[in-house]
Amino acid sequence: MADIVEAKGLVKRYGKVVALDGLDLTVPQGTVLGLLGPNGAGKTTLVSILATLLQPDEGTANVAGFDVCNDPEEVRKRIGLSGQFAAVDEHLTGFENLDMVGRLYRKGRKASRDRARELLEVFDLAEAGDRTAKTYSGGMRRRLDLAGALVAEPPVLFLDEPTSGLDPRSRTGLWGVIRDLVARGTTLLLTTQYLEEADQLADDVVVIDHGHAIAHGTPAELKTSVGGERIEVTVRETGDLPSAQTILTGFASGEISIDEQRGTLIAPIAGGVPTLTKALHEFEASKIDLFDVGLRRPTLDDVFLTLTGHVAEEAVSEEADGQKSEEMAG
Amino acid sequence: MNSLAVAFADTTVIAKRNLIKIKRVPEILVFVLLSPIMFVLLFAFVFGNAIDIRGLNYREFLIAGVFTQTVMFGATFTAAGLAEDMQKGIISRFRALPMSRAAVLAGRTVSDIAYNLLSLVIMALTGLAVGWTIRTSFGEAIAGFALLLLFSYAISWVMASIGLAVPSVEVVNNAVFMVLFPLTFLANTFVPSNDLPGGLREFAEWSPVSTVTQAVRELFGNVPANAPEPPSWALDHAILYTLIWIAVIIAIFAPLSVRQYKRLQRA
Repeated sequence: MADIVEAKGLVKRYGKVVALDGLDLTVPQGTVLGLLGPNGAGKTTLVSILATLLQPDEGTANVAGFDVCNDPEEVRKRIGLSGQFAAVDEHLTGFENLDMVGRLYRKGRKASRDRARELLEVFDLAEAGDRTAKTYSGGMRRRLDLAGALVAEPPVLFLDEPTSGLDPRSRTGLWGVIRDLVARGTTLLLTTQYLEEADQLADDVVVIDHGHAIAHGTPAELKTSVGGERIEVTVRETGDLPSAQTILTGFASGEISIDEQRGTLIAPIAGGVPTLTKALHEFEASKIDLFDVGLRRPTLDDVFLTLTGHVAEEAVSEEADGQKSEEMAG
Repeated sequence: MNSLAVAFADTTVIAKRNLIKIKRVPEILVFVLLSPIMFVLLFAFVFGNAIDIRGLNYREFLIAGVFTQTVMFGATFTAAGLAEDMQKGIISRFRALPMSRAAVLAGRTVSDIAYNLLSLVIMALTGLAVGWTIRTSFGEAIAGFALLLLFSYAISWVMASIGLAVPSVEVVNNAVFMVLFPLTFLANTFVPSNDLPGGLREFAEWSPVSTVTQAVRELFGNVPANAPEPPSWALDHAILYTLIWIAVIIAIFAPLSVRQYKRLQRA
């Protein structure tokens, strides 16, 4: 498949801070690329360059066949952008927001209105469509912002941390919407701080840190590289450790590590909750008294720890990423 | 569509969006409308008795000055509105759309004329209530108001440039106050410029703030009957000189702020 997004050697500096440090990236048409990294890693800067909002200091980027620096107008006709920071006008209603965007895409009056109503329906905002966006919850604003990015049905979509700051229910809902879009052939570049989100949505993942790509692979490959999911069991009596180990050996997909002092066993497994349930039945049958038990999935921190040897730290806030994440937190 | 038609269509969409805000947040209007009323009343009743304009009632002299000051401060809305849109990320959305690069700014400056028109109407009514009179024809009076709006429109483009350059709405208000306050007082707005000390006097005689005020006084017929010959060419040709300033300000600041918009470094 042809690459619909292609970036080569992108460099962007803000004063002394290097936000992007020679980043290369490709997204084949019709696929989803997850860009995973902590705050300040350069994710927003990259998306901004691809969406023609910023000019790179060095390097080139092509989106949908056009150079972002030389033909920004052509690029803009073919992309949709939704930021981590919902860019909706709170004094306009949901409908007015979308209609305005439609008119700015040169849709006629009727086509623009019809599209606005259609999108409100799709994003479950039909009832709230004639209320001002000021009255919307965080999740509703995000959906409206995403709807705004889809007004012109762009072939390429950039979503910058679409779910950060959302509660789990809104997050799951938004994932469903994004999956539908992708199923209809949209190419998506998605930035996220959550490994789980990349796992849910992306075909490929690029991990970035301090403006560099430090790893590239499918979510499964990444998870394998950091050890995948595991069961953590703490027994009440350390005397039970050997028999507990025997039970876990039956489920483990790799070496079991033992912390004798805490009475904790960590076993890499496959199969998630069903495997955990089976293991718990055996513990019960063997009358082993457990103090604590849990299923752990690798997080961004684990990925970083494995890839870089350090945990994902908040980088010295680069202008774009830093400002926005602070406001999100506020 | 050619690019001019596109720019015009997009500007209309943005201006409409800005005007909806007036409808949705009418509280903003309270301040837009109260401050000119306050200025008219304060100057008329506090300074009115102390300042003596030979051959004319001070209140009649004063109104044109308050008009000028108010439309200049009214233009601040352009800077504040743009700074707010940037803070909220809406500008980023617009910049990623295939729309005219001038439309967000043009739409803002155009919609801010509405604020100024509204405050002019309120001020004119307040002025009439405290003894201001228009002594010329209807057509000349309309020309006076039109000149004020054109002047504020030009200032709006300066404000657009400021709004795109500063980091937040709060900074806009402080920055603008520092510049506009001295400008509106170092002129013939509240006292005749020939009463000012040397240096300041020359500045005031050539300041476009003075000439727009002088032009408006002429168009409303509020120039003292026995006033001395205007001391500068600028004041003698107040309307022409003001129009030249308006053209020059727009010719410089419209392209400058569009350039700033294109090159914004904030994502």
